[in-house]
Amino acid sequence: MKGNYDAIVVGGGHNGLICAAYLAKAGKKVLVLEKRYVLGGAAVSEELYPGFTFSVASYVVSLFRPHIIRELELAKHGYEVIPMDCSLSPLPNGDSLARWGDAHKSRREISRFSQKDAEVYPEFSRIMTHMGKLAKEVIDHPAPDINSLKIKELANLLRLGKAFKDLGPDLLHMNIKLVTMSALDFLDQWFESEVLKAPMSVSGIIGTFQGVRSPGTAYVLLHHYMGQLDGAFRSWGFSKGGTGGISMACANAARSYGAEIKTNAPVHKVLIKNGQAYGVVLENGDEYTAKTIISNLDPNQTYLNLVGEKNLDDEIVKQVKRFKFRGSSGKVNLALDRVPEFSCRPGVGDHLRGDIAIAPSIDYLEKAFDEAKYGSFSKRPYINAVIPSLTDPTVAPPGKHILSCFVQYAPYNIKEGAENWPKYREAFGDAVVDTMAEYIPGLKDMILYRQVLTPWDIEKQMGLTEGNIFQGELSLEQLLFQRPISGYAKYKTSVPSLYMCGSGTHPGGGIMGASGELCAKTILQSRSI
Amino acid sequence: MPVKSPFHPRTSQLCESMNYKEWAGYYAVSSYLVHHDMEYFAFRNSAGLLDITPLYKYSVKGKDAASFLSRIMVKNINKLKVGRVTYCCWCTADGKVVDDGTVMRRGDEEFFVTSADPCFSWFSRFKRGYDVQLEDISTQIAGLALQGPTSRDIIKQITSADMDRLKFFGTTRARVAGFEINISRTGYTGDLGYELWVDNANAIKLYDLLMAEGGRYNIRPAGLDALDVTRVEAGLILKDVDYYNALHALIDDRKSSPYEISLGWTVNLERAPFNGQKALKKEKESGSSWTIVGLDIDWTEIEKLYNSYGLPPEVGSMAWRDSIPIYKDKSKKTQIGYATSGTWSPILKKNIALATIEKKFDKPGATVQIECTVEHIRHTVSARLTSPQFFNPERKKSTPSVENKKQ
Repeated sequence: MKGNYDAIVVGGGHNGLICAAYLAKAGKKVLVLEKRYVLGGAAVSEELYPGFTFSVASYVVSLFRPHIIRELELAKHGYEVIPMDCSLSPLPNGDSLARWGDAHKSRREISRFSQKDAEVYPEFSRIMTHMGKLAKEVIDHPAPDINSLKIKELANLLRLGKAFKDLGPDLLHMNIKLVTMSALDFLDQWFESEVLKAPMSVSGIIGTFQGVRSPGTAYVLLHHYMGQLDGAFRSWGFSKGGTGGISMACANAARSYGAEIKTNAPVHKVLIKNGQAYGVVLENGDEYTAKTIISNLDPNQTYLNLVGEKNLDDEIVKQVKRFKFRGSSGKVNLALDRVPEFSCRPGVGDHLRGDIAIAPSIDYLEKAFDEAKYGSFSKRPYINAVIPSLTDPTVAPPGKHILSCFVQYAPYNIKEGAENWPKYREAFGDAVVDTMAEYIPGLKDMILYRQVLTPWDIEKQMGLTEGNIFQGELSLEQLLFQRPISGYAKYKTSVPSLYMCGSGTHPGGGIMGASGELCAKTILQSRSI
Repeated sequence: MPVKSPFHPRTSQLCESMNYKEWAGYYAVSSYLVHHDMEYFAFRNSAGLLDITPLYKYSVKGKDAASFLSRIMVKNINKLKVGRVTYCCWCTADGKVVDDGTVMRRGDEEFFVTSADPCFSWFSRFKRGYDVQLEDISTQIAGLALQGPTSRDIIKQITSADMDRLKFFGTTRARVAGFEINISRTGYTGDLGYELWVDNANAIKLYDLLMAEGGRYNIRPAGLDALDVTRVEAGLILKDVDYYNALHALIDDRKSSPYEISLGWTVNLERAPFNGQKALKKEKESGSSWTIVGLDIDWTEIEKLYNSYGLPPEVGSMAWRDSIPIYKDKSKKTQIGYATSGTWSPILKKNIALATIEKKFDKPGATVQIECTVEHIRHTVSARLTSPQFFNPERKKSTPSVENKKQ
């Protein structure tokens, strides 16, 4: 039995580290225990091939809460995000659409496919800016408790209600559409060109087991507009040194405030006595005790593995088991010996320094989803690719490059059974490389090293149940006061003294840091430590 | 990256200052010389030649072209005669201004429309049921504004079209050295001036001709900095500076009706339905909340204020477009509005501004207070409410042939 900590954080993902940093900054004695040799969880950088640092899982940043950067002095500790200027959508016919920070340039590009769409584009972003304002109100506060009559909770609800009311009738109607419609139906209200709608609609399906025509996918479109509300003109960017750079900055901040961080320290169980959590035991048998235990793991791992069914009410177990993970994406990271040039726009330029979406048409996306529905990975998947080495010289040797491909759909539950994923891993990797090679002539001859992550691998390596990148699907019924389970949506769990701070809690995934921050602030406000 | 207008090969050679800005996605010269004042005086004393290609240009043709445009514009375009131009604005259904521009009637069923924002999508929304062909010709047609007292003489050198008979806001086709152009007696300087519309292919030829023939009349290439001074003197408003496009305004408070931005005179209310008619009728009856006025800022007070710091008065020579608070009186208790653009007028020797103020405070000749920062400290100085049209020379509308006949 070691140490008497105020808090132990299980899992050194960026949310765990942020939570630890806030607690340590408040003068608490904090210990972070990470299973792997490296910190970051899914926001992790690893040198898997000499000289090449991969953002193994998450690869771009948009929604990281700016007040966390200020409050934890993250810039001082190495936080640096370099903006991306372009969104490129190559088409199979050799054409392409590029959208830029330069509004007139984007207008000229879009008008090649639809002049109406090009001109309506600013009207759409006006609406989304308002929608984003509301969403910001939601993500920057703990979810309100709709069952409580406590003054504080009512005030929370009122604050949210006021934000809704302030939208005015037109925008309020639009907001209802935004949270209920499919991404595609929502975009259909403005746009006619598939070349534009397809790459815009995919932001609604990332990380979910749904298609662009599935209801409820529209609201994720917002994520592209919210970055601007945080005072950034360009909303997406690369973290210097890969997304692990953000985790390292959070870890450095936590350490600077006195937190202790151990890697290679896998936690086996949360220790519970009289129904209350009081410590953890590692897989090697070491025990640590603390007043509060905080799990950065997802709801499934936290409740069913760390706590265990025997310590839980039947109803809680049922709810946790019903929580949807359904990982639907994989990742293929390539080390290349030169710049991958696209046949649609030969040469090296700023068009390669943003994100590249292989989403040429709605049918293409729907076909990709169809295959996944019936238990196969998409032979021609939606791919969101980036070449971070063209922006950040620290991640690859001079002249060499990284092509990082986020791939959807790769369903966790393939028809052969998830445990058989390793047999199909390379075939999945081949499908992705084949798809990219249709747009990048000679790609196969450039590859020095290939890393293929299936949802199975993501689960095994990073502990994300069913490989869900958001620690549970971001679908409407799993958000706000329902995330992760009704009644325990405010970072508390059903086990006293055990909290959760991962993206399985409100407001959810993406490298936001909000869950870690709000969990820490909730604990500090409760004065339980 | 901005694109280059068809005149770029010439204008870029002339732009010694390398002083450009972006205008509607084009490179646009701010000033050819380091200081824009010679270009300003070209507009007012001889002729300034300005590339206006970045304006959006639309061709509207067909049997119903006039009624289609009447449906969109606040003005009844059915009444516009062939060979005439009108300036007006167009509104949303709730009577808020989307954009302003000119409509030229080149034939019974042929119109040419210019705008500041892209409006193809907006116009297209109202096409249903009209026999009309709407075409965006923004990138096919280049435009030059030749503005200033000698502009007519210069154009007379390059075409036989009867410039002496072309009235203010008239338009005509003209043959120039083997190609056709369109000339309209319009502009953004409030002076005698013309706008010339030419196919891209002939753009350079036209430019060279004007510069060659204009030499004797002191023609000078002029940039947007000089234009900005002249347009404030003329009291001509500018989208995104003096008002916002209602389709892009983030909040309702930023939207304006034509009455609120001094364009009430362009509205023809009593006629077949048009966009915003109902709302505008209502506003006409119940009165508007805001209005645009001119401010004649008291120079002696400015001098006195600077003098109290031991300084001579300093006013920038450039037109400005920051929002400056306007107060009812020295106590600064009641802010009645804000100035949106202003300039030192070299020809009037006055410090002038365009301001949006609450309608109830709009009493011509009344004195208000405008903020004036000297040595980092905010003061106010007096300003007199005037018409926004500070400068309006007779030559703007003069037509020699008609006047000669009278004599």
